[in-house]
Amino acid sequence: MSTIVVFLEAKGNEVKRSSLEAVTAAVQIAAGGSVLGIIVGSAADIAAAGAYGLQSCAVANHSLLNSYSSTAVAATVAQYASSVGASSVIFPATATGKELAPRVAVKLQAGFIPDCVALEAQNGTIIASRPVYAGKAKISAKVSTPVGVYSLRPNVFTARKLDGAGAASVQEFSPNLTADDSKVQVTSVMRNEGKLDVSEADVIVSGGRGLKGPENFHLVESLGKALGAAIGASRAVVDAGWRPHGEQVGQTGKTVSPNLYVACGISGAVQHLAGMSSSKVIVAINKDKDAPIFKVADYGIVGDVFDVLPKLTAKLTH
Amino acid sequence: MNILVCISQVPDTTTKVAVGADGKTIDKTGVKFILNPYDEFTIEEGLRLREKFSGTVTALTVGGESAKEILRTALAMGVDKAVIVKDEAKDDSYSVAVNIAEYAKTQSPDVVIVGRQSIDYDSFGMASMVGELLGMPSISVVSSWSIDGSNVTAERDIEGGKEVVQASLPFVISAQKGLNDPRYPKLPDIMKAKSKPIEERASVAGGSRVETIAMELPQSKRVGKILGDTDGDIAELVRLLHEEAKVI
Repeated sequence: MSTIVVFLEAKGNEVKRSSLEAVTAAVQIAAGGSVLGIIVGSAADIAAAGAYGLQSCAVANHSLLNSYSSTAVAATVAQYASSVGASSVIFPATATGKELAPRVAVKLQAGFIPDCVALEAQNGTIIASRPVYAGKAKISAKVSTPVGVYSLRPNVFTARKLDGAGAASVQEFSPNLTADDSKVQVTSVMRNEGKLDVSEADVIVSGGRGLKGPENFHLVESLGKALGAAIGASRAVVDAGWRPHGEQVGQTGKTVSPNLYVACGISGAVQHLAGMSSSKVIVAINKDKDAPIFKVADYGIVGDVFDVLPKLTAKLTH
Repeated sequence: MNILVCISQVPDTTTKVAVGADGKTIDKTGVKFILNPYDEFTIEEGLRLREKFSGTVTALTVGGESAKEILRTALAMGVDKAVIVKDEAKDDSYSVAVNIAEYAKTQSPDVVIVGRQSIDYDSFGMASMVGELLGMPSISVVSSWSIDGSNVTAERDIEGGKEVVQASLPFVISAQKGLNDPRYPKLPDIMKAKSKPIEERASVAGGSRVETIAMELPQSKRVGKILGDTDGDIAELVRLLHEEAKVI
């Protein structure tokens, strides 16, 4: 019977959805074993994560954890995982998770499989699937070590409550840390106020060169507003200076997997697809019926964005 | 300052990917190999550090014989030394990280720079793994940074914003796009680079910890309903998104 440790993150009072997705994935491969959480000093309602199958959660506290330090947190997670004899450690592949997971893997002498889109237990072996080559291929892989560390692509696994699951028990965990463990520290965090970020949005409306100029992006923003969406952009319009780099979706921008992705005036270059191809539903609006984006779209409109976007926005607004 | 930049050779992303005969790796026939795009920023950052603090820049790659091409590019851009760890297989990121760390231990670099990810396996793990193996702090996805004595201040991208991070030398960073504007090597330097020496080292054995079971091309499961642009079509799209896809 396996013990699986899940690294949890919180935003304010709530455990982040990407963390709950990791709990669900852990429950599915635990095969009746234990699913335990580890979180660094949080006031969030962790017991509520029990509804998703988390049996207990360790809350790590230490003076060296008061300001975020990736090396100190990695040491903490590795110590906790060792102390419970974890066979697998799962991280959501958020910016934090992606930086922590490989360190924890090295500390545990564990194989590390990043950016997983599927996890399965087959006869006691965990098989992970992940996209490679900008999503043009998928590999299935397993670790060749006793312990495995995995990071999961956010919004691909679905967080699911378990019938009859109670609250998770919460206990303190005091790691053994020295100054050597906190050689790197976050001193401040700057948030883009007011704008919904593409990497956390359920709906994204993105614009590309088909918009012809930065002055036309209001068409994209209006549709975004009607859908409660974050605004994304193709590399071409970011390189041209029309939109900020933070909006770029694609291999050299952000990888997103929202419930709905609307690509406006975007041709669908492979590098862009790499960033959004695991979106649940893709809509493409482009005047070129042969644009590659239509090959990955669930629904498409062949038409001019200048004509279609205002009409679509109007239809969604009334 | 002793600067180590780690670069990798990858298939061009516009390459058509086919699964090779072993069912686990890409079929290399007809594939064009290039310097990992993030590594242009990696090499440039190393060169700029040398311009600011003086010292040496070594470019290191772990790969097969063809990977020497990217070392020639790095030499043409101006690095002082080029090293290849011969490893045709490059089984997993850990085996690459171990090779980088083993070489780094012989050099005691002040700064190790890697790219944010390599566009073949998109793994993102190198800075953290190499940092852990060398007992150094690491900062990934750095969009800007500065060194003051042995203190480092960097900005890195996170969801919805940036973190300001502090660390001290020696340390490892992974370069984000936009970290700098890479220089283009000039033709005379490209020619000179062809005859510069490249140090060869053997790979550390038994390094890999992940085994690929199979590689497949994803089957497109998209609905593929493409409509025109009449008012009726737009109304139908809204209906489909609401009733069929249930996303609005």
